[in-house]
Amino acid sequence: MATDTTTDGPAAAHAAAAEQSPRGAKKRFLHDAAESVRDVDHRAFVRKALGGYYVTRDAQKARYGNWETARDAASLAKWSAVNRLDELLPRFADNFTANGGQVHWARDAEEAREIILGLVRAAKAKAIIKSKCMTSEEVHLNAALEQEGYGVVESDLGEFIQQLRGEPPYHFVFPCMHVRRGEISDLFSKHLGTAATDSPEELTMIARRHMRQLYVDADVGITGANFLVAETGQISITENEGNARLTAALPRVHIALAGIEKVVEHLDDLAVLLPILATAGTGQPMTCYNTLYSGPARPGECDGPEEMHLVLLDNSRTAILADPEQRDSLHCIRCGACLNVCPIFKNVGGFTYGTTYQGPIGSVITPHLRGLADWNHLSGASSLCGACTDACPVRIDIHHHLLHNRRNAARTAPNRWEKLGHKLFVAVATRPWLFATGGALFRHSLKLLKWLRPPLLSDWLATRDLPAAPAASFRAQWASRQGGR
Amino acid sequence: MSAPANLSPRSSRPGPSARDTILARVREALRIPAPPPHLKSLAAEEAAVPAAGQGHSGLSILPLEVARPWLPDGGDTPEERRAILVTNLEKLRAIVHQVPDLTAATELVFTLARERDWQRVAYHGHEKVDPLLAGIPCATHRVDAPGVHPASAKSALEACDAGISACEALVAQTGSILVSSATCGGRGLSIVPHVHLVVATPDQIVSTLGDALHEAQQRHAGRMPSMLSFITGPSRTGDIERILVLGAHGPKELIVILVG
Repeated sequence: MATDTTTDGPAAAHAAAAEQSPRGAKKRFLHDAAESVRDVDHRAFVRKALGGYYVTRDAQKARYGNWETARDAASLAKWSAVNRLDELLPRFADNFTANGGQVHWARDAEEAREIILGLVRAAKAKAIIKSKCMTSEEVHLNAALEQEGYGVVESDLGEFIQQLRGEPPYHFVFPCMHVRRGEISDLFSKHLGTAATDSPEELTMIARRHMRQLYVDADVGITGANFLVAETGQISITENEGNARLTAALPRVHIALAGIEKVVEHLDDLAVLLPILATAGTGQPMTCYNTLYSGPARPGECDGPEEMHLVLLDNSRTAILADPEQRDSLHCIRCGACLNVCPIFKNVGGFTYGTTYQGPIGSVITPHLRGLADWNHLSGASSLCGACTDACPVRIDIHHHLLHNRRNAARTAPNRWEKLGHKLFVAVATRPWLFATGGALFRHSLKLLKWLRPPLLSDWLATRDLPAAPAASFRAQWASRQGGR
Repeated sequence: MSAPANLSPRSSRPGPSARDTILARVREALRIPAPPPHLKSLAAEEAAVPAAGQGHSGLSILPLEVARPWLPDGGDTPEERRAILVTNLEKLRAIVHQVPDLTAATELVFTLARERDWQRVAYHGHEKVDPLLAGIPCATHRVDAPGVHPASAKSALEACDAGISACEALVAQTGSILVSSATCGGRGLSIVPHVHLVVATPDQIVSTLGDALHEAQQRHAGRMPSMLSFITGPSRTGDIERILVLGAHGPKELIVILVG
């Protein structure tokens, strides 16, 4: 069946534009955030979609003997690996090679694209099937493959829907959680010629039937990897649908793309990391398929790829590694728990971030990946409530890292107005007579401000009221009460 | 289609190799150590002390021999493990049949094939599987038969109504079934057909994921199958409005027959 894979969503263009002109990233963020917050239906829809997650996650957490200790163990496993990457990365690569796989190292996104394009050309690929891989979103792999004329189909249901919509993932675990079933039905009718339906089951079956032959026809399968096991040279892939299993089973060549921070030392570490990833991410005891691959099919095995390649990507991960304060953000296992609990994410939505990795963890790491000056505004998109840190199964100190980013930004590019403001405050606060005069002036001018609507305040006042000014200052009230005693 | 094939993309840039550059960056970055994570639980904090002293051994200080009571329970006795496994499988919407012996299992497979009108089933030759297929009222396709051409094998498997295999282990803790490419139908059998039927015996039930991984490492010492997969329930997705649908791309039904 010929598939019309032309896409029509504005978000891909949006994301690309954000990348090309990062100076506009903050402006766009503020604009899109305001738009999203205004869209009450959208917010209600996202909240409802997440409602079930809280229930199943809590039920599953209760099955742990001690969830907090499990988090400790998981964070220890990642800490111990990330802080010994110098030893474990070569060990993993050597073991993976000994198993018959080929390792390729990519310093940056461009090199990763070049390597994969080279492998695809060498395989003389006619069709490529892909399973969900956020790292490939990070390096814009699909665009590079399509530019060279290679058709590539996303097989994860959510990613497939997003591919047809021409949008990047809305959420890095739930790519199309913002899309209503009616829209999906229309999308499938338009691109696949199927009849309209409002049943999620029927829509899933449409995608399943469409994809079946594509797995058989594809010569190259591209996947990500959740963990790289140093001691055995295996990669571990976590998924629910079985599409990654099929992608790594049927095509002749299997290419996996993974960040260097995915290394763990022992196979046994997965006995903790796999269940904790599932529980934090989706509230499952285990994700449906957790699969270890150690290279191409072995002699004597009845199927499987003839070649297996693994592309190990740096792309500024070593820059995060070089910051001991925020090094733990490389512990991230991309479960998405911090997005699911974040009041900002739930209000501004996934696209507003304009990043590959949305939500709190995305706000921490994006400045490292794309530049602090242009992406520090994401650190301000936080209520600092700490829900992300509480939810993180590997104990990344997420909300403090947002503060660290703010501090670092202030150090490297001080904001003159902010500095002036602080100086002014110090000048006033250290002089009681000035403080009293200023306070009185402010109390009396509050009404005036509301009426004058100066440009600095007009955005705020458009949707909010100014508080009523008290008749007397706090100090005056305090003095009178003390006196009344 | 595109530019001439570039067979050595790794050498496309002058200077030191990407591997050397990245490893040099990693070594440089790690010159300043990072403190261990803020641990909340006393047990792990105690455990972390020797780890920090010995240059981070991390989880290895919680070896397999040490129970991990903080994970979900997998049971201590064979009876407990079996009960937990069956409960978990049913919660995952797998179908569990517990039969007393081989005769009953053979009858069950016969009935399943007839009721569901299976035309053709795929299987991997195995001492636990072979006897069950003796009287099956449909065609069979042995995936590990010698001389099957890989290209035709894909389509042959796609045409089967069910895949029947043994497994390496069953994990009580999570209700997972461990299959391998060496003994359980390569990579395709447990994922391509719409039904996956697993035949197992109670002695294959282990308590935890750690036990299953440890066993697999022992069994395949130094030579792991190219694929080891923990299957936890039938294939599923929640991508449409976070509503659970079974049978996304893999099997819609997972049937476990526990013999004995």
